[in-house]
Amino acid sequence: MIRHSDIIHFSWQVLIRHRFRSVMILLAMALGVASIIVLTALGEGARRYVLGEFAFLGSDVLIMLPGKKETTGGLPPLMGTAARDITLQDVEQLSHRISAIGDIAPLVMGSAEVSFKQRSRNITVLGSTDALITVRRLKLAQGRNLDLIDVQRASDQCVIGQTLKAELFGSDRVIGSWVRAGDYRCRVVGILQGRGDAFGMDLSDSLIMSVAAAQRLFDSPGLFRVMMKIRPGYDIDDAKARVIALMKDLHQGEEDVTVISPDAMLSTFDDVLGAMTLGVAAIAAISMVVAGVLIMNITLISVSQRTEEIGLLKAMGARAVDIQQLFLVEALMTTVLGAAIGLTLGLCLAALARWSFPDVPFYTPVWAIISALLIALVAGLGFAWGPAKRASQLLPVKALYQRK
Amino acid sequence: MIKLQDVCKTFYLGDQAVHALDHIDLDVQQGEYLSVMGPSGSGKSTLLNMLGLLDRPDSGSYQLADCETASLPEVQRAELRSQYIGFVFQAYHLIPRLNARENIEMPMMLAGVKAVERRKLADDVLERLAIAHRAEHLPKQLSGGERQRVAIARAIVRKPTILLADEPTGNLDSHSGEEVMLLLEQLNQEGITLFMVTHDAKLGARAHRHLVMVDGQIVEDSTTDGG
Repeated sequence: MIRHSDIIHFSWQVLIRHRFRSVMILLAMALGVASIIVLTALGEGARRYVLGEFAFLGSDVLIMLPGKKETTGGLPPLMGTAARDITLQDVEQLSHRISAIGDIAPLVMGSAEVSFKQRSRNITVLGSTDALITVRRLKLAQGRNLDLIDVQRASDQCVIGQTLKAELFGSDRVIGSWVRAGDYRCRVVGILQGRGDAFGMDLSDSLIMSVAAAQRLFDSPGLFRVMMKIRPGYDIDDAKARVIALMKDLHQGEEDVTVISPDAMLSTFDDVLGAMTLGVAAIAAISMVVAGVLIMNITLISVSQRTEEIGLLKAMGARAVDIQQLFLVEALMTTVLGAAIGLTLGLCLAALARWSFPDVPFYTPVWAIISALLIALVAGLGFAWGPAKRASQLLPVKALYQRK
Repeated sequence: MIKLQDVCKTFYLGDQAVHALDHIDLDVQQGEYLSVMGPSGSGKSTLLNMLGLLDRPDSGSYQLADCETASLPEVQRAELRSQYIGFVFQAYHLIPRLNARENIEMPMMLAGVKAVERRKLADDVLERLAIAHRAEHLPKQLSGGERQRVAIARAIVRKPTILLADEPTGNLDSHSGEEVMLLLEQLNQEGITLFMVTHDAKLGARAHRHLVMVDGQIVEDSTTDGG
């Protein structure tokens, strides 16, 4: 019986001798594994990125948007277009009549030119209340929040982000300074800390003013959305039902708003993006099957080219199982080596993607790494099995004299 | 040592049956030196393959060392080949990617002999066949005579009791051919049973026992006193 070390040595010699063939198999296997590693890293990165974007809200927040999901079909109406607006009166009613709602932040959004002295900048202007800071879990680097006032009242206060502060004020004093936003003037009372961005909206380059002032600025009586922080101890689903019921009541029996709980949305996105990651992994796995077919073909060619050698080995006393082992170990070595190269290459590419896009966590899930290696092994050995078996069953005399 | 009784082997070329071995009976004792001669297609090589357990008879009995081999499973036939038989081919059949020593080590590797012991035994045989200086050379770097010496070294390194040589000097010049013949005959004098298939009447005449085959039958089985 051939020793394991001798089988490995013998197979290694074959691989070295047939360099081009070996390199082709290694390449096919490496690219197959690398594609699984990279594509799942992209899928997982997208999933984690989106989940991270939602995570800023926490699980105790409800978001209300104008328009009903069922009437438009498909995804919730994120852009907030509906026949009937959500108004500040609705917000007041919600705040007064539903005890589960703690902080409530109505939101109006638009773009306006903001200027200070000779400097001006076109930015996103948000109209809300002091509650926005709490609900969105924003922090102030300097100054204070907007004053707690009646939502219907327009105040002359505003809070600005870090980028806007740097671009507009430079080294000038910020807190207490007056800036112009469109036709309105407001006094800066606070500066936001960090970026505070989500869904591509960079709050560091924005200005937050009172909601009533923003409504006048943009001539928009309707609200873009309403964010509600549910008090501790209250059930969020129950609160959601009560919000919908009250809005229906306020809108003459028409259910024309959509209320989203971030947890439910997170779960949906998690499912969708998880499925997408699995999908791309499956597509990448097809390349492994292609690599497997290549291994099968090359092993068949190898068996054909080495038929005389197989006959010789049999003449010298090799058993069928010995011949089969020699070919399988050869395939195993190329598979393992190719998979190792592919894994290294894939992880390096994922690291490169993380370096290029630091905001997106391109990490290959462990299940994908294990799956890639297992698929490589199964494809490599599975597809080599047939040709190896065929080689082992060759009759010694036919194999030895095939070329004569 | 070897006993063939009523052995038949038929090949088919399309619809035409070719009787490569036609009711062969043969008894060979340990240490004999036989030449097998005959025209092309007479069944010489088929007989050699049959004796070497590379092929199975269609009918009849083949006993090797008192073991009936015709019906043995392939794995046991492989063991018998490994234990009793060495082959020397006209075309050498050396593995081109292995050097001379590694080629000689192959039968031992297949039998599971440890690397250190393999190397020692291979070096001993290389020394004996006067090709130790070519141990690290690949077959393509060797002359025809040297390649056949390596092939003989590979055939005898496991000390087989039977050596089957199919036209061992067929590809060699007369000088190298003579050297190879002397080597084979020396091995026979040491006790190995030597079967040699040849077309060359002079070489055939050097054997102690001469078989002549025609159309799959042994038509002549004679001996020469004193070889």
